[in-house]
Amino acid sequence: MHEMALAEGIRGIVEDQARAQSFDRVTRLRLEIGAFAGVEKPALTFAFDVVMRGSPAEGADLVIIDLPGRAFCADCIEEKEIAGRLDPCPDCGSGRMMPSGGDDMRIKDMEVV
Amino acid sequence: MCTVCGCDGDGATVEAHGHHHHHQHHGDIHFGHGPAGTEVPGMSQERLIEIETSILSKNDRYAAANRERLNALGALALNLVSSPGSGKTTLLCRTIEMLEGQPLAVIEGDQQTSADADRIRATGAPAVQVNTGKGCHLDGHMVGHAMDHLSLAPGALLFIENVGNLVCPAAFDLGEDAKVAILSVTEGEDKPLKYPDMFTASRIALLNKTDLAPYCDIDLDTFETNLRRVNPEIEILRVSAKTGEGMDDWVAWLRAAAAAKSARQAAE
Repeated sequence: MHEMALAEGIRGIVEDQARAQSFDRVTRLRLEIGAFAGVEKPALTFAFDVVMRGSPAEGADLVIIDLPGRAFCADCIEEKEIAGRLDPCPDCGSGRMMPSGGDDMRIKDMEVV
Repeated sequence: MCTVCGCDGDGATVEAHGHHHHHQHHGDIHFGHGPAGTEVPGMSQERLIEIETSILSKNDRYAAANRERLNALGALALNLVSSPGSGKTTLLCRTIEMLEGQPLAVIEGDQQTSADADRIRATGAPAVQVNTGKGCHLDGHMVGHAMDHLSLAPGALLFIENVGNLVCPAAFDLGEDAKVAILSVTEGEDKPLKYPDMFTASRIALLNKTDLAPYCDIDLDTFETNLRRVNPEIEILRVSAKTGEGMDDWVAWLRAAAAAKSARQAAE
């Protein structure tokens, strides 16, 4: 969706951290992206390379960790992992599923020098 | 540097903002003139640093500050989201006329032009236009600056008309009390299934332009079924801003929500 904007957000956090934690360069950066975050990974990877130029994370390895989608099944009264937003409950087949997680977009950690 | 948020004006233009942002007529605000054409708060010895921070954390901080300001006033903020052309501005103009006597203000988001804010101002309501440049959504930072230009009265209603886009605005909290999704019946009843994120994030959906339903081979019940499939808890109202059909229910919903917010504030 707005991968360029997300990359700019990552750059902001990298620059804040570089000042706060006194490092010069990020060699590897790991993101956690939920299945329902609406993030197109190839687009984010492309945007990352472009946006990090001139920042401490220029040339850094970008690792994207996928997190599963989660939804609350109104019939099982329980949270389930589902692959697609419109998927039925994997256990009871109910269609009454309220998305409850998997929209995460987080920087997990960074390797820095 | 901006004393509110410390922003360095990175490509942003805020009309009548009183400092580094570019001034334009009517107090309209422009963002996204930077190199990437977008503006994101969120977005500004080898060792591993745990970060565990949301990519949108900076936006979320701006949104939280906006929410605090709104809560202190007991003001209800609604983030109006839709595709381009769903009739948001017409619906809003009609709504404002019907809400006569209710203090309110409008923040209009579009990539370019102040056309929508001009239409709102023609109703007599205060409005500020935010131009996002190439940006596809409003964010918490832009809305905070826009709020600086509106003297919101206690108990006011703040309508934030987002950029017409069913994708990106879903992810950016602005500090609103609720997202209101506006769909026109001409868009087709499969819209909620195609763009589920936005409808999952919305508290209420307005099915607009119902006067056109007989001409476009559409089944409004299927529309509602699809909306409830992506969000079982969503409230749905069928309206036509043109004929006024259903608008009383919408205005009643607004008055009840605004009263509940003011009462909550008074109780604290």
